[in-house]
Amino acid sequence: MAEFLMPSLGADMSAGTLAKWRVAVGDTVAQGDIIAEVETDKGIIEVEVFESGVVTELLVAEGERVPVGTALAGIGQAADAHQKAGPAPEPGAILTAGASDLKLDGPAASPAIRRKAHELDVSLDRIRGTGEHGRITLDDVKSALRAPAADSERVRISPYARRIAERRQIDVSALHGTGPSGAIQARDVLSAEVPTDTKPASAAERMQKAIAAAMTRANDEIPHYYVEHTIDMSNALAWLRETNASRGVSGRLVSGVLVLRAVSLALRKHEELNATWNGEAAVRCQDVHVGLAVSLRGGGLVAPALRNTNEGDLSDLMARMTDLVSRARAGTLRSSEMTSATITLTSLGERGVEGVTPIIFPPQVAVVGCGATLERPWVVGDQVVARPLMRATLGADHRASNGHQGARFLRTLDRLLQEPGAL
Amino acid sequence: MTTYRDAVRTALQTLLREDERVFFMGEDVGRYGGPYAVSKGLLAEFGEERVRDTPLCESTFVGAGIGAALGGMRPIVEVMTVNFSLLALDQVVNNAAAMRHMSGGQFQVPIAVRMATGGGKQIAAQHSHSLENWYAHVPGIKVLAPATVQDAHDMLLAAVEDPDPVFVFEHQMLYGIDGELDTSGTPPSPWKAVVRRAGTDLSIIAYGGSLHKALGAADELDKVGISAEVVDLRSLRPLDRETILDSVRRTHRAVVVDEAWKTGSLASEISAILAEHAFYDLDAPIERVCTLEVPIPYAKHLEEAAIPQVGRIVEAARRSMGDG
Amino acid sequence: MTLDIAGDHALTLLRDMIRIRRLEEKSAELYSKQKIRGFLHLYIGEEAVGVGAMHALREDDNVVATYREHGQALLRGIPAGEIMAEMYGKANGCSGGRGGSMHLFSAKRNFYGGHAIVGGGLPIAVGLALADKLRGESRITACFFGDGATDEGEFHESLNLAALWKLPVLFLCENNEYAMGTELSRHVADRNIANNPPAYGVPADSVNGMDVVAVERAVHNEAELVRETSMPRFLELKTYRFRAHSMYDAELYRSKEEVAEHRKDDPIEGFQAKLFDEGLITQADVDAIEADAANEIADAVDFAERGEWEPVEEITRHTYARDLS
Repeated sequence: MAEFLMPSLGADMSAGTLAKWRVAVGDTVAQGDIIAEVETDKGIIEVEVFESGVVTELLVAEGERVPVGTALAGIGQAADAHQKAGPAPEPGAILTAGASDLKLDGPAASPAIRRKAHELDVSLDRIRGTGEHGRITLDDVKSALRAPAADSERVRISPYARRIAERRQIDVSALHGTGPSGAIQARDVLSAEVPTDTKPASAAERMQKAIAAAMTRANDEIPHYYVEHTIDMSNALAWLRETNASRGVSGRLVSGVLVLRAVSLALRKHEELNATWNGEAAVRCQDVHVGLAVSLRGGGLVAPALRNTNEGDLSDLMARMTDLVSRARAGTLRSSEMTSATITLTSLGERGVEGVTPIIFPPQVAVVGCGATLERPWVVGDQVVARPLMRATLGADHRASNGHQGARFLRTLDRLLQEPGAL
Repeated sequence: MTTYRDAVRTALQTLLREDERVFFMGEDVGRYGGPYAVSKGLLAEFGEERVRDTPLCESTFVGAGIGAALGGMRPIVEVMTVNFSLLALDQVVNNAAAMRHMSGGQFQVPIAVRMATGGGKQIAAQHSHSLENWYAHVPGIKVLAPATVQDAHDMLLAAVEDPDPVFVFEHQMLYGIDGELDTSGTPPSPWKAVVRRAGTDLSIIAYGGSLHKALGAADELDKVGISAEVVDLRSLRPLDRETILDSVRRTHRAVVVDEAWKTGSLASEISAILAEHAFYDLDAPIERVCTLEVPIPYAKHLEEAAIPQVGRIVEAARRSMGDG
Repeated sequence: MTLDIAGDHALTLLRDMIRIRRLEEKSAELYSKQKIRGFLHLYIGEEAVGVGAMHALREDDNVVATYREHGQALLRGIPAGEIMAEMYGKANGCSGGRGGSMHLFSAKRNFYGGHAIVGGGLPIAVGLALADKLRGESRITACFFGDGATDEGEFHESLNLAALWKLPVLFLCENNEYAMGTELSRHVADRNIANNPPAYGVPADSVNGMDVVAVERAVHNEAELVRETSMPRFLELKTYRFRAHSMYDAELYRSKEEVAEHRKDDPIEGFQAKLFDEGLITQADVDAIEADAANEIADAVDFAERGEWEPVEEITRHTYARDLS
């Protein structure tokens, strides 16, 4: 038995409407007979059947629109007709011509949102939509406005100059451009001196603006939760005294480096805190680069990453930490250090305060704040004794982790600091 | 020393003498001696069978040239100017360019078409077009733009020898220029761009009638300590990417001079190539110096303002250096 | 009126018309099944023109045709399989799958296409004739085109140039009374198309294009005159297409009655009837012709089905003599 299919009658015909049957079930047809009228964009076209035989069934009702290639009728030998004779299906059983997915051009945003974005001079391409199916909402647009200054103040530098700057590890943000429209060009980079502090005042202003923007964004966007824990630092300090006794002045370790290493080791166990937020989810980072909050002369603050904080022994880490802090203060950090921290550690121990409730540096999902190690009353057994205690506070993004996970992290930190020799 | 037009005539003579498949046809190429005096004397030397004055039917005489090429001849067709060639575009695009590909390689169209092009002589909007980019746009044909006397000669020989359709654009302002013509040696490949003047600070890329303006601009720039390299494209399809990229990778700046309108121009195509392949070598945005987006006006000062001149090229170069 | 032709030649003419008709019918079917895509222009109703003309021409005469050229292509000797494969887009098609229905080419058979731009082939024909004249060749160039082409500038330019330069072109106008959907008197000021060419110095004549014998005789006469005089000539062949302009055409521009009326002049049925009348054929002959045609077409479809697709990596081949990329 053969089938009569909706024919393709033209290059741009994808579907047709069966306007009228010219045969009924049981009719005999010969090859070339007109079997139906099909309505297309160009009008009604009579279609012929290519087989001879008897119409055994009509599969599509008059008025139905079906895609090209759909079976419209069965053509068989006379015997088949008796078995298959039946009424044509109701018009309700309509096959819709291939559902076309809504394909949106560019970012998914309604015309109203696009207008708003245009008004506010925000580029939709840079925004990740948090609405349904990733659509960009008004809040998304407004958030993009508050994005850190770093996004909206791209350094105008030619590709060639940037290439040179990267190779020579020169910070381009402080350079003065002599190229077209004041862009930085190659010779500006080549003639730059290292370290660059040609305009300290404006650099500080820029930094302040950047901090303000980042903190505001963190405050607005990140649902912080906090977990606190007091850590008995007796073992740590005792170990330090012992170790340092056999080292020279230049090789001395400070408790800060113990905390730093403990934090980075703890993150290997608690990966959910070593991630970045991409707008929709936390993306775990492969490696641990703890950012150290360093205060600068003149009131500035940077938190450059001590890359691969878990590598090397404590002496290495101490040397690197010292170097990083001094370069941070000299303004000669590398761009990778500025952008790759996976968590930040802020230690206000030097200031002598008990603790700090820190704010997360977006797009990180956690921040650890430590107060000074101070002699305070502690209960050991059933005795109240004086112990050197340090309060550690974890601030974390509740979208990426919860209090239980945070608490476990601090317990791990505590355990690690009880065995400083293993750090 | 020879003139550009004499160099073309010399090439025509050589071709007609040495290859009996070659014949030459176009409007007024015979008795009139050619509208730019290029073909003066050829009718007398070669006769009416081989040097044919055509009626004013660009579509059909270009199409006939295509048919004759299909039939085994090597026709040289002169379309008086690119302005009139628009009437023949159907034959060019739908037949000359497509025959080889759409016949599955069975047919070739070894036709050579010469056209005068460009403006600058106050002959107004309908007679001053630079539409080389329309031809360079089409796969299946090749496009040459001789800017020197030597190239005017060599490129026609190459065009006729080539098994593909080749369109040679002769800027009308060049016919009278003088230059050296050496017909003895083997000519260099016409499909390569050539550095006409070496430099270190920027690359000025030009073709055809704009080449000499580019060289003039380079002289001006030299006086203020800017060393400009000047690249003569010579072949517009295919474009010699290697030479263009090599130059800009060394100088890190590009000024492209093109007498066409900027929109959709060959200058745009070259800019895209540079952005794609030399992005990390660019020290400044690419500059394009093109004809203003207006039909070419008649009045002298307006025409001069519209078409690229040495002054505008120099300005663009200085902008690119960052002094502007 | 008795036919003045030999019996076996009559059979040949009938056979060839039927071969074309069956090829076209099968093409329509395959198009509906999406095996053939793009545009498809059927020759059904016009077979007498193609058959009569192609038999009147010599094997090495150049032929330039339109996008409705399957009949001419088949009669020129391009195997039905290669035509079908070309319409399928397969690499074993006569144009390598690159051209499709509208661009059938065969260099070795002097078949220069297959042109989709109305009027676009006329200058090519003029050029081919020019080349032959310059080389002293004795063949002529036959150029098929429709009534629509006589509107285009190239028609007038080509007549003029061919007459001026004395070129051996035979202009064959297949006047089926419609330029796509526009009836003759709505696109030409003078319905009598044959009035045009003499204005350019090209002698013109007209023939009933539904009568294959008349067509063959007329084209033969004209072709020989072109050959002898090496001057262009024009012949209008009055014909009619029974199907739409192309597959996707609702034929809103003409009535069914008009088509039915013209079908009474079906060139195949008419000729077959005459041959029966004169006792030149028997039913067995017809049956054999139909069976052979059915086999030829079935083989052609099979050839096409079995053909390979050209690898995409080869796409730039044949853009230039040598690949530039």
